[in-house]
Amino acid sequence: MALDLARWQFAVTTLYHFLFVPVTIGTAWFLVGMQTAWYRTGDERWLRLTRFFGKLFLINFALGVVTGIVQEFQFGMNWSAYSRYVGDIFGAPLAIEGLAAFFIESTFLGLWIFGWDRLKPKVHLATIWLVAIGSTASAYFILAANSWMQHPVGYKINPVTHRAELTSIAQLFTNSTLVNAFAHTIAAALLTAAMLVLSVAAWHLRRGGEVPMFAPVARIALWATLAAGVATVLLGHAQGQLMTKQQPMKMAAAEALYTTEKGARFSLFDIGPWQKHPTKSLVSIAIPHGLSILADNSWDGTVEGINDIQRQYVQKYGPGDYEPIVGVTYWGFRIMAGLGFLAILIAIVGLWLARLPGRLERSSRFLRLAVAGVALPLVANLAGWLFTEMGRQPWIVQGLLLTKDAVSPNVGAWSVGLTLVGFTALYGILAFIEAKLMIGAAQAGPDPEGTYATDSAEPATIPALTY
Amino acid sequence: MLIASTHGYWNLPTLWFFLIVVLWVGYFVLEGFDFGVGMLLPFVGRNVPERGTLIRTIGPVWDGNEVWLLVAGGATFAAFPGWYATLFSGFYLALFLVLVGLIVRGVAIEYRNKHPEEHWRARWDLTLAVSSAVPALLWGVALADVVHGVPVNAHGDYTGNLLNLLGPYALFGGITSLLLFAFHGALFLTLRTTGELHERARATSVRLALPAAALVFGFLVWTYVNAASAHDKGLVPGIIPIAAICLPFVAGAFTRAGREGLAFASTAASIALITLTLFLNLYPRVIVSSTNNAFSPTIFTTSSSHYTLTAMSIVALVLTPLVLLYQTWTYWVFRARLGDLDAAEIRSPLDLLERSPLGRGRPDPGG
Repeated sequence: MALDLARWQFAVTTLYHFLFVPVTIGTAWFLVGMQTAWYRTGDERWLRLTRFFGKLFLINFALGVVTGIVQEFQFGMNWSAYSRYVGDIFGAPLAIEGLAAFFIESTFLGLWIFGWDRLKPKVHLATIWLVAIGSTASAYFILAANSWMQHPVGYKINPVTHRAELTSIAQLFTNSTLVNAFAHTIAAALLTAAMLVLSVAAWHLRRGGEVPMFAPVARIALWATLAAGVATVLLGHAQGQLMTKQQPMKMAAAEALYTTEKGARFSLFDIGPWQKHPTKSLVSIAIPHGLSILADNSWDGTVEGINDIQRQYVQKYGPGDYEPIVGVTYWGFRIMAGLGFLAILIAIVGLWLARLPGRLERSSRFLRLAVAGVALPLVANLAGWLFTEMGRQPWIVQGLLLTKDAVSPNVGAWSVGLTLVGFTALYGILAFIEAKLMIGAAQAGPDPEGTYATDSAEPATIPALTY
Repeated sequence: MLIASTHGYWNLPTLWFFLIVVLWVGYFVLEGFDFGVGMLLPFVGRNVPERGTLIRTIGPVWDGNEVWLLVAGGATFAAFPGWYATLFSGFYLALFLVLVGLIVRGVAIEYRNKHPEEHWRARWDLTLAVSSAVPALLWGVALADVVHGVPVNAHGDYTGNLLNLLGPYALFGGITSLLLFAFHGALFLTLRTTGELHERARATSVRLALPAAALVFGFLVWTYVNAASAHDKGLVPGIIPIAAICLPFVAGAFTRAGREGLAFASTAASIALITLTLFLNLYPRVIVSSTNNAFSPTIFTTSSSHYTLTAMSIVALVLTPLVLLYQTWTYWVFRARLGDLDAAEIRSPLDLLERSPLGRGRPDPGG
């Protein structure tokens, strides 16, 4: 019971945290682009955009930061057996994340918010660059930790303590899983930010507000959505191929492929009975040979099925059930990938409309779609995370430690349940407040023209962003 | 005896123990005044715009200050996984309350000015005061418990419940940290404000000086009595706790003499020395088992491998000076005092628009 509650707590707090993280990382780079453009061109529109999206960034950033503290504590609180077992390896990237990324991110964000009238424009520009670099670096370190759980490298098991110990920090930080996951995650973060910017620009264009400013922004956001979307899909594909080698069970479950097949079909859509091992399909649409092509670029490649991998694992690790919940893994993967493709489709339609001057701005139906489009990457991000973590089950560290052996032995179900309810309630309230603020600030739009006397070379006329 | 039990790399666990002490010292000294400013909002600020100015004194730095906690947690996880596991799973519900406090507090600071209505801001101000007091109290309780001892079994697992954490000594420790952080925060405000706010911050400092100093005195004497009755040999040179006891009194004297910089330096030093006293009293244990002192996990039984500690030492020794450098620079950039005028000042009508996110608020001096 305590185990299930601890898992629910991890899922709730991590997924919630991961709503904000990609927005922070991606939007930080958009701010870098906008403020750099302002610095180089002196065009006030870029300054107004920087400050406008800066406000949205800060509303989002606040929740990202405060919910991140829970993540740092949770391993010790709910997963003390895990912490003891892997701390030698897992703690290092977490500590380095704090030292190398969080300090930079938080300190320079403070300077960016309050430094508009205190720092030289060039120094002030450097602060937002450092915020973007810091937040991107934090993704690298935390994914180093997570990738080790997916694909442990650079370790040995201490024969006395039976714990995993680090033997190569270089291998930890060059793990092939990490390199792939990092690239895929950053691309997804940029996609998320691009669709956020597109959504906000579309909202204003539909009402005919600030068209000379938002029309070019919408075009840039469309191109960024297309580029980041394609990159996310291609990098995700590379990650999938790696996963087929490193975590074949996760891939098999993602495809609900039970028996090993040559020239395996790729299932587009499948509804089976809701049980851990659905034995029959009610509705099924599939592309012949699709999965073999995806998994190893060959028409007739062999893809291992769940039942065969289960047999291998029983031989290797002893009796047990080594299958994740197929329905969650299968649909997590499909929702993630499906929404990603939908995002690309929206970008293509938008760019098609945008080829004629003024066409995009008048296309009310497309603009309405683009406003709602911001939900796609947010849901896809959560689905992807859910897929990769649920697909690793029953392992917490692939092949080394089972999730059921990782939970704190001395924390009762009541305690976990109480904090689960507490965090969920608190997070729910905060989500409500954040959504209200975010929508309010996005709809209010940028400051009117001429707000900042930028031609006088007097930075003192630009006030701090908030407070 | 300790050195003998460590198979030749005694220096690394000890080095990391003291690095973690440095991180906690950094956290308490820095976020200590953040907590203080938050708690004192209703007392030093008479209205919403004034409270806005007070929050602005910590606005650029509070988040960076909080990272010290994240790094302390991460470093404990990396260097002493066993310590991290015992402490965080043991102090479960107390840490949950700390987390709720820190979450709500961060949101209060960041969201307060995102909406122009006065009652919105007033509500967040009250939230900030309460959510600053909760962790300020609980950190004192937790640290006192770690040193005084809690039920821990031979496996290093905590076997008590929330009530075991709320003994008289621990609660005394909590009230001490609460008052000391409030005093520290009041002194920070004297350094960062002008005019009437400055006067009120000063008067508050004067009022808090004696109670805070008396609590520190009582708490450290109690700590000493505990250590003596447990026959702890201890490694605490007397000068450290004695200085820690004297400094809040010194801070009070400086406050009355109008030497606010020195007064603030004194509370900062006192917080650092109290933290050091407690950790030295703890060393080489990482948490004291009240079940049986022999069960107390130590830096040697909980530490990471020699390889990890070496690698992390290199990382820490390269990065920490850099962090200190740019954090110090931040304080230098924002050294200017904020006064009553800042609260009311609207530089231009457009500035007003900038300050109200919805763009349709009434004149809003609280920006």
